[in-house]
Amino acid sequence: MSNSQTKQSGSQSSSKQSAISRRRFLSDMAGTACGVGLFGLGIGLYSKSANAIKPLAIRPPGAINEVDFVAACTRCGICVRDCPYDILKLATLGDEVPTGTPYFTARTGPCEMCEDIPCVPNCPTGALDHSLTDINKARMGLAVVVDKETCIAFLGLRCEVCFNVCPLEGKAITLDYRHNQRSGKHAMFVPVVHSDACTGCGLCEKACILEDAPAIKVFPEHLAKGDLGHHYRLGWKQKKAKGGSLIKTQDKHQYNLPEGVHYDYEGVGLVTDEQGNPIVAPDQKKPAAPVENKNSQPERPMPGSSSNPLDVLKKGIQEAQ
Amino acid sequence: MATKIQIGKEAIEKKGWWQAYKWLILRRTSQISILLIFMLVPLCHWMTPGSECHLGWIMKGNLSSSKLFDTIPMTDPLLLLQIVAAGFTHIAIEAVIGAFIVLAFYLLVGGRVYCSWVCPVNMVTDAAFWLRTKLKLVGGTRFSRNIRYWVLGMVLVLSAVTGSLAYELVNPVSMLHRGLFFGMGLGWLVIVGIFLFDLFMTRRGWCTHICPMGAFYGLLGRLSPLKVRADARDQCDDCGECYIVCPEAQIIKPVLKGKEKGVPAVILAGECTNCGRCIDVCAENVFHFGNRYQQEATKTHKVRPTTSS
Repeated sequence: MSNSQTKQSGSQSSSKQSAISRRRFLSDMAGTACGVGLFGLGIGLYSKSANAIKPLAIRPPGAINEVDFVAACTRCGICVRDCPYDILKLATLGDEVPTGTPYFTARTGPCEMCEDIPCVPNCPTGALDHSLTDINKARMGLAVVVDKETCIAFLGLRCEVCFNVCPLEGKAITLDYRHNQRSGKHAMFVPVVHSDACTGCGLCEKACILEDAPAIKVFPEHLAKGDLGHHYRLGWKQKKAKGGSLIKTQDKHQYNLPEGVHYDYEGVGLVTDEQGNPIVAPDQKKPAAPVENKNSQPERPMPGSSSNPLDVLKKGIQEAQ
Repeated sequence: MATKIQIGKEAIEKKGWWQAYKWLILRRTSQISILLIFMLVPLCHWMTPGSECHLGWIMKGNLSSSKLFDTIPMTDPLLLLQIVAAGFTHIAIEAVIGAFIVLAFYLLVGGRVYCSWVCPVNMVTDAAFWLRTKLKLVGGTRFSRNIRYWVLGMVLVLSAVTGSLAYELVNPVSMLHRGLFFGMGLGWLVIVGIFLFDLFMTRRGWCTHICPMGAFYGLLGRLSPLKVRADARDQCDDCGECYIVCPEAQIIKPVLKGKEKGVPAVILAGECTNCGRCIDVCAENVFHFGNRYQQEATKTHKVRPTTSS
């Protein structure tokens, strides 16, 4: 509209009029840009909350990580059509899940774990990863025993329904035998989920005998599982990996520390070199006073003849021998 | 202007009822059949509860992405652009092939054929326009038709900024066809909103002013060979009915009245939806479908065919 007006006035070749229509054109332009910008801002802000990952949305098997998923899914619903059990739904406006994207609600309709995974191969963009061919490798979510107060296994009663319906029997859910302190003489058969095997299909959640909310519930994995800091070394796992004890009694003691980590004692490294001098951590610019001077101080945790606390340990070993 | 004119009356008298409604009826048939093709299997299940439905899938999915006979993929090219803009690059080849198939089809028949022959929102906005005319509503907010191109740009920028298909959260077009096949939820509110917007706020508000999908297909349509021609423009008796029915009335005049200026007798503007309503409504058979490269008919008097196109 503004275009045609500029053209019209241009043909009238009146400089005043063309100035006015230029003003008009520019202000129309600015108005349009502002309007569209606000429209976009609104949608953008809405998308911030709509795309925030919701705990209830369990994606079909093979779904790539949620951040990529909301960029890749065309919301076409072919997966919904291909699901033989009709468990998948496309979210509608106002749902907790981004509009149009597929999800299922495990409590009412869990994934039945079809061996041929029919929902995946027809996904046009690969939002459902076509390389998933073994349904047992799907990671839709992770089951969590959320209600340990009401779960009847924790009350000392026999249930094990979740254990029995689990398609990865004995791998994704195991029963932990625990002493029943209430009765003093019975065992509790407590379900424990293992994330290395659980696919998040939700069959356990569906089967849970509790009314309303289940005691075991599937969550997106990032909500249900944390990450153990990399500095933790689980001795029993290292032992298992090595196939035996990591140290022998005759081994010279050494700290098995990750790279760049130092034990520290009063600003001086606890580890000594061959000559018995403390090795100072490289980031320690100014080493504290030599350890010998502090020998007599009472707050030393391991007082002894040597400045090196390790000697105390070594002495103990020698005495034992 | 539209107070006394009964649209299409003269055309019915001169050409007969069928010729005066042909393209409109064909268009509605196309729109409804496309919806039905997607719905065949679900309808079959719904109508024969309990028993097995032996109908195979013809079209599976929706207009955003679909599969014909479970083999030929089709994907909305604008959606694919948004996916790329959102930064997802591991797109399966199927979606890319599908987008090119759709692109090729609309490049051939006219970009905005999507708008007038396929898109279900067109039926909503046409209904709003029909009611607006019936109720003789005029006025409302007027704003530039070029807004849609800004919106188109905004949609792509939004994908890039949010890293998601942000516009798809609210896109009424995909919301309606997806909703019809898979459930609407609160999406009805958006569709009612568009109907009311077109009815009270702006004449032909959504489709010709705002919709970025229309804008995208409009850009595509600039290159299409299939166009509405006005070879018999000399016979125009200035009844003005084509301006009334045309959703993009601004594109007719330069061609219809452009003979002296040497404007070719073909509507080249990408905004034209190839709906053919101007052909229906013209009692003088000024318009017909043709290709853009066709030479202008030298003897205008011979162009008065009983069947247009």
